[in-house]
Amino acid sequence: MATIEQLKEERAQQWREDLRKSMKNKERTDIPRVKMNELDPAYRITCNEEVNCGLTKEQAQTEAKRCLDCADPSCIKGCPVSINIPKFIKNIERGHFEDAAQAIKETSSLPAVCGRVCPQEKQCEAQCIHLKMKKPAVAIGYLERFAADYERENGLMKVPQMAPANGIKIAVVGSGPAGLACANDMAKMGYDVTVFEALHEIGGVLKYGIPEFRLPNDIVDAEINIMKQMGVKFEPNVVIGRTLSYDDMHEMGFKGIFVGSGAGLPRFMNIKGENLIGVMSANEYLTRINLMGAAKAECATPVLNGKNIAIIGGGNTAMDSVRTAKRMGAERAMIVYRRSLEEMPARQEEIHHAMEEGVEFMTLHNPIEYIGDDKGHVRQMVLQKMELGEPDASGRRSPVEIPGATETIDVDVVVVSVGVSPNPLIPSSISGLEVSKWGTVIVNQETMQSDVKDIFAGGDIVRGGATVILAMGDGRRAAENMDKYIKWQE
Amino acid sequence: MNKIVSKEYFSDKVAKLVVEAPLIAKARKAGHFVIVRTKEKGERIPLTIASSDIDAGTITLVVQAVGKTSQELIDLNEGDFIQDVVGPLGKATHIEKYDNTVVCCGGGVGVAPLLPIVEAFHKAGNRVVVVLAARTKDLVILEDEMRKISDEVIIMTDDGSYGNKGLVTQGVEDVINREKVDLCVTIGPAIMMKFVSKLTEKYNVPTVASLNTIMVDGTGMCGACRITVGGKTKFVCVDGPEFDAHQVDFDEMLMRLNSYKELEK
Repeated sequence: MATIEQLKEERAQQWREDLRKSMKNKERTDIPRVKMNELDPAYRITCNEEVNCGLTKEQAQTEAKRCLDCADPSCIKGCPVSINIPKFIKNIERGHFEDAAQAIKETSSLPAVCGRVCPQEKQCEAQCIHLKMKKPAVAIGYLERFAADYERENGLMKVPQMAPANGIKIAVVGSGPAGLACANDMAKMGYDVTVFEALHEIGGVLKYGIPEFRLPNDIVDAEINIMKQMGVKFEPNVVIGRTLSYDDMHEMGFKGIFVGSGAGLPRFMNIKGENLIGVMSANEYLTRINLMGAAKAECATPVLNGKNIAIIGGGNTAMDSVRTAKRMGAERAMIVYRRSLEEMPARQEEIHHAMEEGVEFMTLHNPIEYIGDDKGHVRQMVLQKMELGEPDASGRRSPVEIPGATETIDVDVVVVSVGVSPNPLIPSSISGLEVSKWGTVIVNQETMQSDVKDIFAGGDIVRGGATVILAMGDGRRAAENMDKYIKWQE
Repeated sequence: MNKIVSKEYFSDKVAKLVVEAPLIAKARKAGHFVIVRTKEKGERIPLTIASSDIDAGTITLVVQAVGKTSQELIDLNEGDFIQDVVGPLGKATHIEKYDNTVVCCGGGVGVAPLLPIVEAFHKAGNRVVVVLAARTKDLVILEDEMRKISDEVIIMTDDGSYGNKGLVTQGVEDVINREKVDLCVTIGPAIMMKFVSKLTEKYNVPTVASLNTIMVDGTGMCGACRITVGGKTKFVCVDGPEFDAHQVDFDEMLMRLNSYKELEK
């Protein structure tokens, strides 16, 4: 992370000065915000191709001109990992795309991923100076993606500068965004890093959860390949706490362990008929399709399909599920959400894309019962209609039942996407690890270190349910502090 | 990739596979299972571990061909590789010393995962009576191995071609009627476990059933394996695979096992 002095120093560089003077602010703010190039909705629901196609060089450079290169850039404060946003955007403006990618990588490990899945409208873009002038924010996310894609597509991705190998072994548990970010930084600092993954694929939620139409697997694999070239070892099919115990890991010589095992257990609502055939968690639905390839003829894993598919919930996972259902051929793909559109936690872009793709939004509805046929297959669901009451602890207006107002509709598949609880495997297998009542691992918020001194943790196992960027930030912070801890020990 | 060190057919649909998996061999305990993926595009299926050899670094799986993937698995030969084997998963069997007899009953390939459980109870100093059930003589498996690690083995066959004629429940009931039984452990087809559970409930004999449901990841992530135990939803992969049989909703479990029957056809 750059200090304020560094930011100022870089901003004062001659090329930045020249660039700022090359155009008047008024001219910059008059440029309309770029629109992302997208696949046509009618076409994209027939395939798994990425919906957002990225920006062209011209579009990116024009959009970059909108950035005023503020003296006190508030966008950086909105970024959970404090990417030097003006620096990378100004590099795009002057056509130094590779430098732009490098500038992002000073602080972010997975820019091509974050450029796609970060909720920028709630983070960096929410702080953009343009909003104060009643203009749309600079498309920071699109530009981040552009820089990262430019680098990858032109074969410019390379092993970063690495400290000499120090021969100290450290272990990373879980290969999702938190684990990859931690592994990346530890490898750069010269450590001998092994990443253990319970599944057969590396990438965690980036592979099993987020669909390819939002994040193609190639992009994740490109990042993993660079890490392999950096000497990071990946061990799939190893469940820490089961295959290898904490003691085993010490015996193997690991001096530090980062736990990024993610959110494990899907939550259900405990309503009648929830165990009928055809009712499943979003994790199961997405894992079968994304990780196991259930939609592909050559893959053995099946997935239940139907004409009418209802997804319960309003988060990004619910949007991923419902848009997947559409692509699996559902005639009616529905979001059933107990609050209104306004309270929906999913990203605006995902909601917008889902609407374009013909997803039905049944807001202010809540399932109270599933009805099955004689074979136990779900056929209908009973929905309670809701209205909005007073704001609750989360600040959102809480939904209240409208007495007697129910509706029964036909469904063949129901995907429950109402959240997850942390994976219990690690907390339950390491004695002394302090766990909250929600099952999350308790760590020092600054250092990500747990009560068991050589164990650090981050991502959903600590936060319960967070974003890719927060998980990544945790992984990086843990790496920095694990390095300090190990050096202090010696 | 895990190499198949040896393979032996128990019948044309049931084979014993000894598989290289040194870490699992070392870590596994009675009651644990593994998730196996036979090939690159294959599905993930759970299989209970029958035994292991720490020195050789191998685990033994007994597989019955019931669907496409299990058939593929037993079609593999000595020297072939299994794409992925991950484990040991689930909670290990709770082993303790009881004052009176422990009855372990198994049917079909359920006899294989019963083996380490019988061994563990016997080692803990229990009197262990094993009831093995099969349709016919040729399908009785692991009889000799069971005899070595238990006090008595009772064989039940549906057609009376070997041992006593009758179902597993009859064998268990005979033991309960002749001696004091403190615990019954049952592993086999869900329908068999359901009836064993009904029987022992009548006699107030605490019973543990090891359940084999549909799973994807096997680490608690997907919930495909969920069942109802005592009115609460449980995940077989992380809460089990062993549960108090008298609390298990076997009818729901039987129903859920058919989730993909139509798609498999």
